[in-house]
Amino acid sequence: MLRLLSFSLFLATWWIAALFVGGAKLPSPPAVLNVIIAEATSGALFLHLGATLARVALAFVLAMSLGSAIGYLMGRVKLADRLGDPWLILLLNLPALVVIVLAYIWAGLTEAAAIAAIAINKLPTAIVTLREGTRALDRSLDEMATVFAMPRWRAFRHVVLPQLAPYIAASARSGLSLVWKIVLVAELLGRPNGVGFEIGVAFQLFDTPRLLAYSLTFAAVVLVIETLLVQPFEARATRWRPRAA
Amino acid sequence: MRLEVDISGKTFRSAAGETHEVLAPVSFALQSGEVGVLIGPSGCGKSTMLRIILGLDRDFHGTIARPPEARIGMVFQEPRLLPWRSVEQNVRLAAPDISEAKLSELFRILELEAHRSHFPGELSLGLARRVALARAFAVEPDLLVLDEPLASLDDALAGRLRDEIATLVASRPMMTLLVTHSLDDAVRLGDRLFFLSPQPARILAEVPISIPRGARGDAEIATIRAGLLART
Repeated sequence: MLRLLSFSLFLATWWIAALFVGGAKLPSPPAVLNVIIAEATSGALFLHLGATLARVALAFVLAMSLGSAIGYLMGRVKLADRLGDPWLILLLNLPALVVIVLAYIWAGLTEAAAIAAIAINKLPTAIVTLREGTRALDRSLDEMATVFAMPRWRAFRHVVLPQLAPYIAASARSGLSLVWKIVLVAELLGRPNGVGFEIGVAFQLFDTPRLLAYSLTFAAVVLVIETLLVQPFEARATRWRPRAA
Repeated sequence: MRLEVDISGKTFRSAAGETHEVLAPVSFALQSGEVGVLIGPSGCGKSTMLRIILGLDRDFHGTIARPPEARIGMVFQEPRLLPWRSVEQNVRLAAPDISEAKLSELFRILELEAHRSHFPGELSLGLARRVALARAFAVEPDLLVLDEPLASLDDALAGRLRDEIATLVASRPMMTLLVTHSLDDAVRLGDRLFFLSPQPARILAEVPISIPRGARGDAEIATIRAGLLART
């Protein structure tokens, strides 16, 4: 109910602002909706959305799994932490644009280059979050698992993983938003389809309704993925915790 | 089976760089079916000794001989349950092969039947301790280690739990090592008592109790207790 209210407030503000600024700079909600419907009926919307989503999914999974593994290793093994830390700092502070441009120069304007570049941008934050989570692991529970001679995999699954789950969820959430921001830049610079490509075209034509149509649809998709996938996972991972008042 | 502890010393380097002697030379042995009790003041190094015996701390001088195949059941001072697993899952994760009948029997003795599906965060300390006890006994241990299992419980509850532990310990021939600072625990549950000095811990006296555990009624316990108090 509260969400609905805040959403209608947003729509109302937009509509009023559109009346003041004028349709060329800020089209009204119905104008944007018309473009969305037109693009959807022609199928172009779904094609571009699909292409972008596929890139997001691939890069996200790649960066999350690799980042979690490296982060866990760096949290557990001091040597790995020492060796990896300078690279981590470099990657963390490297602008996304540099990574993307270099990837396109070295690997050509290919799909692999785009996905790798997006994944590399997300990788360091996943590593940092998981390393922090690993450092915060409860040593006393590790000892318990050792004393009771739990096999490694069982101990990892039941003792370690539940402690890392909130960190994985946090990293997934922040990572998804990061990937979503970067994927458009990668598409704008070197892909012939996807939401980023469409926004590039709309920018060149100064076609604001089209620009908003694509951005808002994708924002909606992200919102749906957040509420249907990420939040339930988070809730499940933390169900044993007493609820916050 | 036999546990032989022969520690010649253990030092600890503090963050400030000073070395402290935590354990002086300590040696004793324990047979199957025997309950050894380590009694000493708080902070004397009992827990350090346990960690060494359990193989959690390898930075010491001396040797610990226990059969490598010996299963260990441990009740830590804090219950150390997995907060994200239910009571039953906590027990089953340590003892995956336990039969339903055995598990029910354990839960019955420890009065946990109503709490099987609860999470540890929903339990009082007394109940959480019982779950930790259930877990330790569920693995059918060859070596049972109890680290202050009754600390910070009120007298009535501690008394009841002490009786439950006595029942469970009597039900199985194993080496049991109990660490406590309470003479009540020692005279009710122990066969041989080792009195420890303040840090660095060494054994001041070894006192066997000749009356078998099962035959100790209130009167016998009072006599043993009086006898022990007279010694110190």
